Amino acid sequence: MKTLVLYAHPAQQHSRVNRTLAETAQQVAGVEVVDLYAEYPRFTIDIDREQQRLRDHDAIVFQFPLMWYSTPPILKEWQDLVLEHGFAYGHGGTALSGKLWLCALTAGAPLTAYGPEGRHRMPLRSLLAPLETTANLCRMPFLPPYVLYGALDATETRCMPHAEGYRHLLEALRDDRLDLAAARTLDHLTVETLPTVIKRG
Amino acid sequence: MSGLLFQAFVYLCAAVIAVPIAKRFGLGSVLGYLIAGIVLGPLIGLVGAETQSIQQFAEFGVVMMLFLVGLELEPRQLWAMRQRLLGVGGAQVAGTAAVVMAAAMLAGIGWTVALALGLVASASSTAIVLQTLGEKGLLKSDGGRASFAVLLFQDISVIPMLALLPLLALPALRGQAGGDAAHAAPSLVAGLPGWETGAITILAVAAVVVGGHYLTRPLFRFIASAELREVFTAAALLLVVGIALLMTLVGLSPALGTFLAGVVLANSEYRHELESDVEPFKGLLLGLFFITVGAGMNFGLLLAHLPLILGLTLALIVAKALVLAIVGRLFRLRGPDLWLFALGLAQAGEFAFVLLSFTVQNAVIPAAMAPMLLLVVALSMLLTPLLFILFDRVVLPRLTRGRTRPADTIDAPAPVIIAGIGRFGQIINRMLRSNGYETVVLDLSAEMVDSMATFGIKAFFGDATRPDLLDAAGLRTARMLVLAIDDPERVLAIARHVRQMRPDLHIVARAHDRHHVYELFQAGCNDIIREVFDSSVRAGRSALEALGHHPYEAEKIAQTFVKGDRQTLRKLAGVWNPAIPSSSNPAYIAAAREARREEEAMMAGARSATRDGVNRAWMPPGARDSAED
Repeated sequence: MKTLVLYAHPAQQHSRVNRTLAETAQQVAGVEVVDLYAEYPRFTIDIDREQQRLRDHDAIVFQFPLMWYSTPPILKEWQDLVLEHGFAYGHGGTALSGKLWLCALTAGAPLTAYGPEGRHRMPLRSLLAPLETTANLCRMPFLPPYVLYGALDATETRCMPHAEGYRHLLEALRDDRLDLAAARTLDHLTVETLPTVIKRG
Repeated sequence: MSGLLFQAFVYLCAAVIAVPIAKRFGLGSVLGYLIAGIVLGPLIGLVGAETQSIQQFAEFGVVMMLFLVGLELEPRQLWAMRQRLLGVGGAQVAGTAAVVMAAAMLAGIGWTVALALGLVASASSTAIVLQTLGEKGLLKSDGGRASFAVLLFQDISVIPMLALLPLLALPALRGQAGGDAAHAAPSLVAGLPGWETGAITILAVAAVVVGGHYLTRPLFRFIASAELREVFTAAALLLVVGIALLMTLVGLSPALGTFLAGVVLANSEYRHELESDVEPFKGLLLGLFFITVGAGMNFGLLLAHLPLILGLTLALIVAKALVLAIVGRLFRLRGPDLWLFALGLAQAGEFAFVLLSFTVQNAVIPAAMAPMLLLVVALSMLLTPLLFILFDRVVLPRLTRGRTRPADTIDAPAPVIIAGIGRFGQIINRMLRSNGYETVVLDLSAEMVDSMATFGIKAFFGDATRPDLLDAAGLRTARMLVLAIDDPERVLAIARHVRQMRPDLHIVARAHDRHHVYELFQAGCNDIIREVFDSSVRAGRSALEALGHHPYEAEKIAQTFVKGDRQTLRKLAGVWNPAIPSSSNPAYIAAAREARREEEAMMAGARSATRDGVNRAWMPPGARDSAED
């Protein structure tokens, strides 16, 4: 499967985890990585070009840090502009139909913070509802997000395995070795649960 | 020794006092030197007979000047303006020479002398005219550009004149002059048969061209590697002196040879270094030359023949102005541009002094004629400021009332008036029109208006500083005025005038620099845009990206910089005082220093408002506290 990673981080000079992840993705042969903030530092998103990119790929990975329970601003801008009526949804809007939608995100707080007793009270998957709904409208199967919880104080020992898992995940997508049925049963993917959804190549 | 020191002291003293004063009165440095010479010589008699020998030495300044003229002649630039140069310049030189020659012959002077006089009279004063046009901001007007082309052509045409004038030598005078020249320089070619002379001459010229092309580069590299500035200067002087000497030895004009060397070296990478090394020597020697000319002025002669000399001067100015007016007309100059062209170039120039002394030495013009001619040339130059005043006070107001070539009639007043359709105004006009706004565009350059028309952009020829023209453009009902003119003074004048008529009109103004921003702000402009600020910021942003900053970080840095700069601008505007120059305004200096400290603190990485602007955004929780430690 042709795989596209749309990477969005507005302050890469402060980033550790996401930068490592993006670098990892770049090393996977056959995966195209687009740094949205580098390509559009003034938010002048080229709609035709982005739509063509989507047409050219079968799996779209959105890689970003969770900010205020949502995506960084450029990803929202990207959705608003690129997912046009008649292209992504609505009458004649079938260009994205059947393409996979995967979020690869880092969350500052640990998993427990997103539990019913936790600080944020809401499970991460529910916070991603706008994205999931968007994927549904575009008839794109929404995969459970690949998450690094507690990214704010992630040490090297947690960051590196997560990046390694990201590599395996992207390779599995590329080589069509992702068990979609098994994935659908999970709320989110982590390094620990990855082996259960990746078929041996 | 003390005699030499005394002379140097007197000449330098005169130059240092007279030149700045002359410049202050708008007379230019050439007139300053002349006046210094007049004061030294005829008026107080401090210098006398020795000026003759000094003049011969000072004439070397002319040789250096032609070397520099050659250095500055970039073949490509010349090619680009070939039509104006050859057409306007050629017609002016030929026309003036012909008219003066005819007049001289009518007065009973032989044709060779008359032709020499015509050529002497054809040049105008580059130094005075360019400086005056520059001060008045008229260099870019049609008249200014035509003037520049003519002056450049005159400078170049001096070369063939120097080569050809000796051919006009009068046999009767040759003996006398030859006696002078004989002791001046030994000759390689004296007494050789004609063909050998020719061969040696060609060899010498070839040596200059080939040597200049192939030898100078390794030579200069070797000298530059010594990293001693004065040695390089010595080499530059050696080059000029050596070529001059070689040319004298073979009987050619040294000015011609150095000019050739200059052209050969114009594309060399050492061009700028040569220029800056030779320039001060040239300036001082030329200054000295003009002082000696001034000192040699015969005031007794002036007083004795006052009516005749004044009459000749006026006749010369009128004749030159007429020829210029006809040439300008032929090359489609109109209105004020034509008058500027005709009046501005109507004097004789510094080259006339050079050519006069050259022709006398070469026995072309009888020596007895020279003193009177020198007076005529000098007087015509002294009268130049008067001609410019005539243009400013009499011609221009009259033209703006009932002009010979009226401004275009504006048939379509529009809600948006754009003054100036150069690089700046064009963009604004295109952006507005492509979004459906009607604009009316005014420009002062007929050439610009015509060239816009070929691209389908309608602009009107006319001066936006004229109230009636702005009125015709629809000022009373306009929604907006865009001042996109490349002339800070004009922009300010229009802004002030328009603000009085229309307190409610939105004015977008192009500012030249900070001080212009303050002035435009006081004049009541709404949007004041510094003309190269945004592009400079973009260039800075590109530089940061190329140095490895993430494009979005570079964007944030640029945004923060712009914000900080705007704050500084506002702070400085508060303490700016139009009555005091900023450099002697203590409050302004203090505020500017404070702003600079802020910027430096940012570079040192300390916390500052500017640094925060970049870092505050998206600093992860916790990371911020550690950054502040």
